[in-house]
Amino acid sequence: MIKEGANASMGSKVFKSASEAMQGLRDMGVLRDSMTVMVGGFGLCGIPEQLIIALRDTRVTGITCVSNNAGVDDWGLGLLLKTRQIRKMISSYVGENPTFEQQFLKGELEVEFNPQGTLAERIRAGGAGIPAFYTATGAGTVVAEGKETRSFFRPGDGRCGATIPGKGYSGRDGKAPQDGRPREYVMETGLFADLALVKAWKADEFGNLVFRKTARNFNPMMATAAAFTIAEVEEIVPVGAIDPDQVHTPGVFVNRIVKTQSEKRIEQRTIRDGAGA
Amino acid sequence: MALTRDQIPVRAARELRDGFVVNLGIGMPTLVANHVPAEMDVWLQSENGLLGIGPFPTEQEVDADLINAGKQTVTARPGASYFSSADSFGMIRGGHIDLCILGAMQISQEGDLANWMIPGKMVKGMGGAMDLVAGVKRVVVTMEHTAKGKPKLVKTCDLPLTGKACVDMVITELCVLEMDREKKRFVLKELAPGVTADEVKAQTQAEIIVPAKVATIEV
Repeated sequence: MIKEGANASMGSKVFKSASEAMQGLRDMGVLRDSMTVMVGGFGLCGIPEQLIIALRDTRVTGITCVSNNAGVDDWGLGLLLKTRQIRKMISSYVGENPTFEQQFLKGELEVEFNPQGTLAERIRAGGAGIPAFYTATGAGTVVAEGKETRSFFRPGDGRCGATIPGKGYSGRDGKAPQDGRPREYVMETGLFADLALVKAWKADEFGNLVFRKTARNFNPMMATAAAFTIAEVEEIVPVGAIDPDQVHTPGVFVNRIVKTQSEKRIEQRTIRDGAGA
Repeated sequence: MALTRDQIPVRAARELRDGFVVNLGIGMPTLVANHVPAEMDVWLQSENGLLGIGPFPTEQEVDADLINAGKQTVTARPGASYFSSADSFGMIRGGHIDLCILGAMQISQEGDLANWMIPGKMVKGMGGAMDLVAGVKRVVVTMEHTAKGKPKLVKTCDLPLTGKACVDMVITELCVLEMDREKKRFVLKELAPGVTADEVKAQTQAEIIVPAKVATIEV
């Protein structure tokens, strides 16, 4: 856990480089072997790519990493897998990384698969101080094994108020639920990390963040769900330059900010037919 | 004649309704987007945080920050919105999505779905599939009727489940089956042109209900 005062005023939140943004974190108790790190992104979209490199260069090992995916062989979290700094991944899908596959099959890497929505909600809950919640996702599957289950009526009415076990009412005929049988829900726990590395488009000097398009994904929840959060951004503006109505993540969740030159790699460049290539 | 791989998404597109919000799985289900009737307004949701997927981009429009759940570059249509993964799955889990279309490895006669792992093989993860089948109002599966000659519609799935009793409709090259929630069995609704109910039964291990009269899939 983080030491006293780490969240208190440390002067500016703005750091010059990704490696400088890691400075002092060992002394503060944030960086240590066997730590838990959350890393934002979906595929290679919206990953804090330079912060991942900086984390690799700290040589911290035994990391439990919470991230939807595991990068590709030579980019994103693939870099930390290559150096064997990750001991365990908590992810929903890891299909794009052969290094991952090798290490997993050899038993060198532990993996906990979470349904993607459950992963997102566990992070959201962790950041919001909610220790556990119930979800219908995964009920009756291996995901529910060893977990507490309970029956509930589905919340709401009309539009989302289905109560039929296993399935909502058909949206097509629009009929309300006919019976009031409850459905099985699985208890899932909130996730909280020592460190969150997130990617945003723009930050102000207080750490208010604005994300861009689908690069938002897991980043906003992760920013809230760690003792210490570093945001990699494309632009830093003075306090007051972002309209408060447009802030996606309030600066209270962000400890450090660094502006980087991101490569923003594309996994599947797909062009419209006849659009010329 | 059984339907071709191109005709299955055409049939699946007939499950769309004007104003529907729809999530399409990777692979064959994605092709359903090509068959949305012109007069119909359908909103495609991508679970990585986009409601209102547009066409693939031109070379100039390619944006690394704008991808679909298959990690392909896409565009956003007018009226689209971006949101976090938590909001996206709130949408899915909360029952705000009308329809999802996805693939399957096995489906049981009570509508259990298995589509994410084969024991002994490298497991890549379930992604958002478990959340989709648990939360979306109507779950349609498009798949080949058999795998290497073995029925995929079985009495009980032996592969690990994605969800229990979650499949509402199955569309294969041979037929369309619709779940009867009261009887807990699929009903044979439509047959591909020239395919008989007996032929379907021969390639189906699951117990299914065959009405006296079954419509033919229009192709």
